[in-house]
This record gives sequence, structure tokens and C-alpha cells, in this order.
Amino acid sequence: MSWSTIFNHPLGLLGADSFPFLAMLSSDDSDIFINGLLGSFAAALVIISVMVVVALLTRYRAWRTLWFDWLTSTDHKKIGIMYVVLALVMLTRAIAEAVLMRAQGAVGLGGGFLSSDHFAQLFSTHGTIMIFFMAMPFLTGLINYVVPLQIGARDVAFPILNSISLWLTAAGAALVMISLVVGAFSTGGWFGYPPYTETLYNPGIGVDYWIWSLTLASLGSTLTGINIAVTIYKKRAPGMKLYYMPLFTWTALCTAIMMIFAMPPLTVVTLQLALDRYLDFHFFTNGLGGNQMNFLNMFWLFGHPEVYILILPAFGVYSEIFSTFSGKVLFGYKSLVWATISIAFLSFLVWLHHFFTMGQSGHINAVFGIASMLIGIPTGVKIYDWMWTMLRGRIRFSVPMIYSLAFIFLFVIGGITGIMLANPILDYQVHNTVFLVAHFHNMVVPGVLFGMLAGYTFWFPKAFGFRLDERWGRISAYCWIFGWMGAFFPLYILGLMGLPRRSVAYEQASYVPLEIVAFVGALLVAAALMALVIQLWVSIKYREKNRVFVGDPWNGRSLEWATSAPPPEYNFPVVPSINDRDAFTAAKEFGVGYQEPDAYVNIEIPQNSAMGPVFGGTSFLLAFGLVWQIWWLVILTGLITIGTLVMRGFQRDTLKIIPAEAVCRTHQHWIQAARLALPIKRSQEHTAANKGRAAIETVEVPT
Amino acid sequence: MSEPIVTRTSATNALRANERRDFMSYMWGFGLALGLTLVPFALVQWQAMARDPLLITIAVLALVQTVVHFRYFLHLDRKRKREDLLLVLFSTSLLIIMVAGTIWIMANLAERMTPI
Repeated sequence: MSWSTIFNHPLGLLGADSFPFLAMLSSDDSDIFINGLLGSFAAALVIISVMVVVALLTRYRAWRTLWFDWLTSTDHKKIGIMYVVLALVMLTRAIAEAVLMRAQGAVGLGGGFLSSDHFAQLFSTHGTIMIFFMAMPFLTGLINYVVPLQIGARDVAFPILNSISLWLTAAGAALVMISLVVGAFSTGGWFGYPPYTETLYNPGIGVDYWIWSLTLASLGSTLTGINIAVTIYKKRAPGMKLYYMPLFTWTALCTAIMMIFAMPPLTVVTLQLALDRYLDFHFFTNGLGGNQMNFLNMFWLFGHPEVYILILPAFGVYSEIFSTFSGKVLFGYKSLVWATISIAFLSFLVWLHHFFTMGQSGHINAVFGIASMLIGIPTGVKIYDWMWTMLRGRIRFSVPMIYSLAFIFLFVIGGITGIMLANPILDYQVHNTVFLVAHFHNMVVPGVLFGMLAGYTFWFPKAFGFRLDERWGRISAYCWIFGWMGAFFPLYILGLMGLPRRSVAYEQASYVPLEIVAFVGALLVAAALMALVIQLWVSIKYREKNRVFVGDPWNGRSLEWATSAPPPEYNFPVVPSINDRDAFTAAKEFGVGYQEPDAYVNIEIPQNSAMGPVFGGTSFLLAFGLVWQIWWLVILTGLITIGTLVMRGFQRDTLKIIPAEAVCRTHQHWIQAARLALPIKRSQEHTAANKGRAAIETVEVPT
Repeated sequence: MSEPIVTRTSATNALRANERRDFMSYMWGFGLALGLTLVPFALVQWQAMARDPLLITIAVLALVQTVVHFRYFLHLDRKRKREDLLLVLFSTSLLIIMVAGTIWIMANLAERMTPI
């Protein structure tokens, strides 16, 4: 590359034909027209949504608030909320794609309405988004919000790094979104196996979109992992031993450590593929010494631990929910902790089961097959612990509990099919069919997504100060549960009947009825998403009725419930000291739940910082420049990124002080509210009487 | 409640005292890391050794580099701390699993490939 290439082509590869809308108009093929119409519709949705958001922000003069209170915030709670918002936006797109794919499946006998390339783009973006831009931000958001509160900390260990991680993830998500408008996304699936994704077979820019969005997301996740692990190791309240930590914090710790070790292989492998594509390296090409099998090996060195990175925080959420909504101490706390640690460790020993059929010897397959089955043991321990937690508890069938119960039933089914697939002999039969698709959706939807949604419902009142509407929550939960069952149970059968995954059309008429059932299920899932949106709308509309300012609407057990809802910026006026598990329950039972400290002190918290948004902006433009080979943009944004980093090093005044008087005022306002609020019994949980103060109700624990 | 300004000044003084030592430590770390990176590149560029000794040398230099990072950037020294030890052992075992597993799988695949 010379200077002349940089200046002769200021827009790199970008041209009029990069816009699918224009490409559609200039074509006279009707198939291209239909697919182009769908693509353009999606692109228009993206553009219109952005315009509506901009218009609303201007209409309500919210730009200042957005910038100073949110985008530049280093408060872990706000960053957590922004992560969840990102996750929900991306969830919407990925669900829409899923419905479109199932619609294609229902009419796919001998054709259907989608072209194979379009279908391939759909499953590639669906997978990429669901893993990297829905599940990861969702769990990172929940961890970000809840963990510092649960361990009695004021913030995470590295608040600005936290903001940068968020923005890197958001930049990756933005890259996937803009691929709808400019150019096209990869057709290589969420794992983008070479040699198909090499330049020889994929000369376009789709794979580059995939590479750079994943690189940004994986960098963000690595930094998040470091941040969370250090926070939990170093910032726990005095007296909180590791064994006093709530289970959600334990799972967050294991997930964070796994992120630190599992994300780098992904970053390396996508960068190696980029070297292949941009600079004619031969890491994974067919010829010249390349070896594509090492891509699979490295990808799944990341990919398998990733699955457990996703599920462990969900296990943490379920543990909190089973305990809280049964009104009982968590059964087998230590066994749950050790099961979590075992799963985290074992998850690094089983990556080969994602490519049993690659051609290695039967001995290796057997070793990894057995290792995979072993994971069933700690997971089984957890399931029993949760059931014993419920045993003779005072169970409330609230929305989080509905998700959790559905999780137990469905996850066990998914676990059993997982053990089936762990057997290489069976895997050879069904590995490339929709049986596999059904299995992993069985783990990530009832496992991860239900957990995240349960956590969202559970902690929402803490974050915003009012409860979510219960009725719409239930409607949504049941639609999710039955919609999921309708969409994926048929796929198990279809898989056994031989329907290959990732195929746009099929020739067997016997597939049609079950495909139609799956489509109906997918529609129900879409309805569930709608119900979720309506729930949010209704809840905001009637928020005054559902206020829980005192902060403990569910008779919670851990420290996050021991502060107001929403909590002040510094979380706790005085850092609590801990001498037991379920710290807040203990405090409530001893009647010291709502206390005034002897003295208030000035509290130092980090100032806002524009580092995050600047990094988000530059890394997005950098990645966009790389995709379209706009080299001046790459160099410019690269320099700005490094310059910002260096300038930050010279900034000395990074803290702001909240004076003791303000802390005192805020705290006393809350204590007054707590004293005035009537402690309510659990039967009144969903009434307007629930102001967030719980009455002590003892449950007889079987011995 | 102490005056916040007083606390900050004393903290700053304490920092100043350590600043130079910290700076030198980071410079040492940076210099060593840079050297340990440049040497392997130079060895490859000028073909200073036969293939197998070269690979072994690069691997050894990489391991030394890890120790440098631990010592100068992650501040792990010989003061015994159980938490640090556990984390180092855990990291080492995971890396061994990844490297050994990869070699095992890839070597087996290579063995089973039809020779060209």
C-alpha cells in the first residue's frame, strides 16, 4: 500500500453499489428484488429508529442529560443499565431475524422466499448478535449493576476502564447494525470457519464486518473480565470473606476469570484471519502451509468456555431468585460454590466436542466426550440444590420464579440432549442437523436468556425505584416459555429426521408440518418480546403506584437490597461490615436493617470521563475504515485513540468529592422513608402497599 | 472527621516518595520486555540459528517475558500471598491445558493426513 492508494481512493472500497438498496433498484431479477426489499426494509428501520431517537432527544432537550448523566458516566450502575439497554435493542433485531428464518423454514419446501445468501447472512448475524451483543452485554450489565452493591463496594475497581469496555462493545454492535445499511454482513456463521471465510471464497467485505465487530466485542469483554475479577478480589466490604459472598457474586467471579482466559484466543484467531485476508498471510488457507483446523481449535478454546461464561451468571441469578422467592436460605451454599468453580474449570477441558467430526483419532474424541459428560455432574448438583432450596419454602410464583421454574424443567431436557451429543458416536449422526440447533438453543434460551430476563425483573425496582408490571410480565414469561417450546421441540425431531442446519430450503415434504409448528412457536416468541415492551411501557406509566423507594420490595437477602432504590451514586453512605452470609437478612432479623451511622464522611467518587465515548467513536470508525479499507480514516482514528490514552495519563484531578452534609441529607431522607413505610407481608408484594419495606416472616427450615 | 485537604496532601507526599522508584521499575520492565521481543524478531530476520534451536529459543524468551510481566507490571514478587499463588497456579494450569491440548490435537490430525 502506498500513499497514492490512500489519497486516490478516499472512500476506500465504498461505492454506490455498496448500498443494498441501490443494488436492488439496478437489478431486474425478481429474487434479488424480494431479498433487497427485505434488506432495505431492515436498513430503513435502522435509519428511522436512529432518527426517531435523535428527534426525541432534541424534542425533550435531553442531549445534555444524556451526555453528562449517562454516556460519560463512570458509575457502575449507569454503565450496567446501558449494557442492558444495548442488549435489549440487539435482542429485538436478532429475534426479528429468527422469526424471518423460521418463516422461511415453514415455506422452505423446494424454495421459499429468501435467497441462500440472505439466509446465510440472517443466521450469521443472528448468532453473532445473540452471543456477543445480546447475551454478553446483558450479563455484563447485570454483573456491573449488582456485584458492587452485593459486596458493599462504592464502584468497580477501574471505573473508566468499565466505561471503555461498554463503548467497545457498543462500537462492535454499531458495526453489525451499520452492515444492514452499508454493504452486507458475513455469510460464514457466527464462528466464521475458514477456508470459506478466506479471501479466495469470500472476497467481499462481509467477513471483515464480522472480524472487526468480534474483535471489538472480545476486547471489551476481556477488559470487563479483568475489571470484575479485581473488583471482587479487592473491593469487598470489610469482613466479607469469599464464603460470605452471595452466589451471584461467586458466579460473576468465575465468569470474569473465564473471560480473562477465554477471550484472548478469540481475539488472536480473528486477528490471524484478518492477517490472512488483508496481508496475504497463510494461517488458515488451504495451500502454502495454512491449516484451517487450527482455527477451529483456537475458536473453540474460546467458544466452549464462552458458553459457560454465558450460563454461570444466569445460574447466579437463579440462585438468588430461588432463595429470595422461597423465603429461605440457599440450600447447599458451599456445594453450589464448588459446583460453579468445577464448571468453570471443566469448561476449559471440553472444547473438542465442537468438532468431533474433524478427523482426529477416536481416542481423543473419547477423552473429550467423557470430559464433556462430567460437566453434567456439577450442573446436576446445582439443580438439586435449587430444588431443595424450594422444598418447604414459602414460594411466591412471581415472574422471576416462573422463569426459574421453567428453566429447571427445560434446562434438564437440554442437559440430557447435551449428554447425548457428548457421545461422539451419536454426535456423528446428528452433528450437522437442527438437532444440534435445538440443543444449544435449549441451553442458551431457557438457560441464559430466561435467567437474564428473570434478573431484569428481579433487579429492575432496585435500579429505577419502581416495580415492573406483574400481569404483562407473566404474559411475556409464558409466551417466552411456550413460544420457545413450540419453536425448538420440533427441531429436535426434525434433526433426528435429518434436516441439516443452515439450509435455506429442503426437498422432504415430511418436514413441513413440524416446520410450521416451529414457525408458530417463533411467532409466540415475537409476542413475548412485544409483551416485554408493553410491560415496560405500562410500568413507566403507572410508576407512581409501584414505587419502592425504601428499596427492598422482595424481602431480599443480600446487600444490594440494603440501600435505597435507586441507590445513591456512592451506593452506601458508610461501607457496611459483614460477618455472615445473607448479610441483609441477618441485619433485618436483628432489627438493625435501617440504621443511621455515627458520623458521615466526605465520599470521593470518580469524575465523569469522555474517554469511553471517544474510544467508542474512534474504535467504531477505525473498524469501519478497516472494513472498507479507508486507510486515512484508520490512521487518523488510530492516532486519536492513542493520543486520548496518553492525554488521560496526564490528567491528575480525576475524583470528585460528595460532601458529608449531602451524604447525610440523602441518607436521612431515605431512613425517614424507611421508618414511615409500613412493613408488608409477602402476600401484598404486588400491591401498591409495597413501598420496599419487608416485614420479617420466618419460614421453618426443615432440618 | 479529618480535613480532606490534609489527607490528600499527605497522600500526595507519600506518592512522590515512591514515584521515582515506581518509574524506574516500569522503565526496567519496559526495557526488558522490549528487548525480549526484539531479540526473537532479529533472530528470525537474520536466520541466526537452525530451525529447532530457534523455536526453542523463542519459546524460552517468551516464558522469560511472562516472568518480566509478572514482576514489573503485575507486581508479583516473592512476598508470599496465597491469593496470588493460587491465581498464578490456576493460570499456569489453564495455559498448559490449552497448549498441550492444541499440540495433541493438531499433531494427531497431522499424523492422520495423507502425505502430499
